[in-house]
Amino acid sequence: MLKTLRTIAGVGIVSESPPEPDDELRLRDALQAQIQSVLGRALAIRAVDSGSCNGCELEIHALNNPIYNIEGLGIRFVASPRHADLLLVTGPVSWNMAAALKRTYEAMPDPKLVVAVGDCGCDGGVFGRSYACAGPVSAILPVDVAVPGCPPSPQRLLQAILTAIRPRRA
Amino acid sequence: MALTRWWSRGERLAGKPSGALLAVEPQEWLGVATDVAAAGGQLLALWATRYPDCSPAALVRAAYLVDGGLLVAQLPVADPAHRYRGLQELYPAAARMQRAAADLTGILSDAADRRPWLRHAAWAPDQHPLSAPPPIPAAPAVDDYAFVRVEGEGVHEIAVGPVHAGIIEPGHFRFSVVGEKVLKLEERLGYVHKGIERRFTELPLLDGHRLAARVSGDSAVAYAWAYCQALEGMTGTAVPPRALWLRALCLELERVQNHLGDLGALGNDAGFAFGLAQFSRLKEELTRAIGATLGQRYLLDAVVPGGVAVDLQDQAARTLAVVLARTSSRVRELHAIYDDHAGVRDRFAGAGRVEPELAQRLGLIGLAGRASGQGSDLRVDSPWPPYHVITPKLCMRRDGDVAARVAVRFDEVEESCRLARALLSELPGGALAAPVPAAVAAPLGVGVIEGWRGPVLVALESREPGRIHRCHAHDPSWQNWPVIEHAVMGNIVPDFPLINKSFNLSYSGHDL
Repeated sequence: MLKTLRTIAGVGIVSESPPEPDDELRLRDALQAQIQSVLGRALAIRAVDSGSCNGCELEIHALNNPIYNIEGLGIRFVASPRHADLLLVTGPVSWNMAAALKRTYEAMPDPKLVVAVGDCGCDGGVFGRSYACAGPVSAILPVDVAVPGCPPSPQRLLQAILTAIRPRRA
Repeated sequence: MALTRWWSRGERLAGKPSGALLAVEPQEWLGVATDVAAAGGQLLALWATRYPDCSPAALVRAAYLVDGGLLVAQLPVADPAHRYRGLQELYPAAARMQRAAADLTGILSDAADRRPWLRHAAWAPDQHPLSAPPPIPAAPAVDDYAFVRVEGEGVHEIAVGPVHAGIIEPGHFRFSVVGEKVLKLEERLGYVHKGIERRFTELPLLDGHRLAARVSGDSAVAYAWAYCQALEGMTGTAVPPRALWLRALCLELERVQNHLGDLGALGNDAGFAFGLAQFSRLKEELTRAIGATLGQRYLLDAVVPGGVAVDLQDQAARTLAVVLARTSSRVRELHAIYDDHAGVRDRFAGAGRVEPELAQRLGLIGLAGRASGQGSDLRVDSPWPPYHVITPKLCMRRDGDVAARVAVRFDEVEESCRLARALLSELPGGALAAPVPAAVAAPLGVGVIEGWRGPVLVALESREPGRIHRCHAHDPSWQNWPVIEHAVMGNIVPDFPLINKSFNLSYSGHDL
């Protein structure tokens, strides 16, 4: 126990400040600014892997580490779509996952946001569109914000999430 | 003894050192499998390939790890309607590989289980993606899968997935339980089938490594290296020493990154959030150092045909060595904390146990195999350069439970940090890559690399200059997924996430 406490004290607080939103990642404005400002204070995210190579998941996991400390910003990952405001989707969307992805989206209460993650979520990436892949997330769901990268860094992911929940700045 | 005959009849295989390609007649197919099993060997992969307008119309290949080498048996299938002899009785892991081969190529085994495996509702049963690409579906569709039912008083089913509660890949688990106890688990996978093997055939031969790295993103270095090993063998390319050393460095860094992530997640699943916080911090620190020195946080584009696309200056090498030394000593401290924590110990010990005898029979391989007394690690058993110089130590446990899989990870983090530092200190100078000719000397090459999860295999075939005819990628998860069904029997449902995490198998690498 003493070792545990000593480690906690020794490491201290390592969290860094979050990045600013980036309007260039925004594909559409679905929500009123007013609602966005409310969601911005406490947001629940449901993450769905709809066909990813699992590379994007490694970086999404990093958002929960003490350095990015996403929970410290009032944002947390939830287990049920019924509790979620934002759907974070990695792609490409495989046809075998497309129905499950749609059902997850439909189970979320309105208003809801969708963030597409990674090169594959944005345009199908190296896998493209085929008998097995529907391609980008936007082929199945309305996407509000899309963040490219293979995989996108945690900073970029955080920026995309913050862009989705903060009103356009212009 | 019997095996010597097959080895001597085999031709040299391009790619993995100490590999042989053995053309067999239908009556010999089972004999090879039997002799390999008798010699304590394992089936690593099984796949089929169609050859339109050729004779034979198809080949089925089985790659065995035996005697520290790779023996690839090659069976001709003259008539695609003919059923070849399945290997599932000798190697239970073959069952799903045979079903997948049937879905993708239409070449069927004589095994009794005819249910589709990778095919859900996206294409029709009479269509075979590796024969001719099925049309793009118009809309998402779902199908019914014939799960095996367990009946009896008080038995009920719990269906989980494909969308899971955490940030993990999708798959379906069907539990049959009595109270809290699991009587049976049946997995259904294939949800992230992306048509990878079809996609390979549309890519130039010298470009396939990018897709290979994305078969399973957490094992990108292993897959890209296996692809390049096959390609370099086929084209007779000699990779410069500096590139080989850097590839091995990347492979060990990938191992450490994944193990750190898993050790944190396992602590968390046992209710010890401190573990997740500390390990995820260490992982981030290392990942940042990798990004700062090698230019990529995750090394998805480090290994390229002929060499590497990353380099290290002396100062960067020193920085990385310091971070690795610090990681190693921090992990040792955290190991002591995990070992001292009664709650963690209680959850880890005895959970999801796979006895060595069962592990051997089911063909459990890689990290999970080493936690169940299966002392196999290709870096140790059949070292390829530079592992013939930088000798890794085998990390093994015999208990086969979550605690053993955790312990192997702790040992391997330390060992990989040591190897990575040794590689850094002895990094040879010279070129980073050699040119790779587009023309191949051998039409088939097979690369096998011990990734963090276990051995990954890439079998590459080219019949026209610069083109890929077939590329089969095999993840050790094929062997280990069926073993989880055994590991959870008799455990309680709430321990499943912990047991599953302790294996941490790939869905993407399996579903292709």
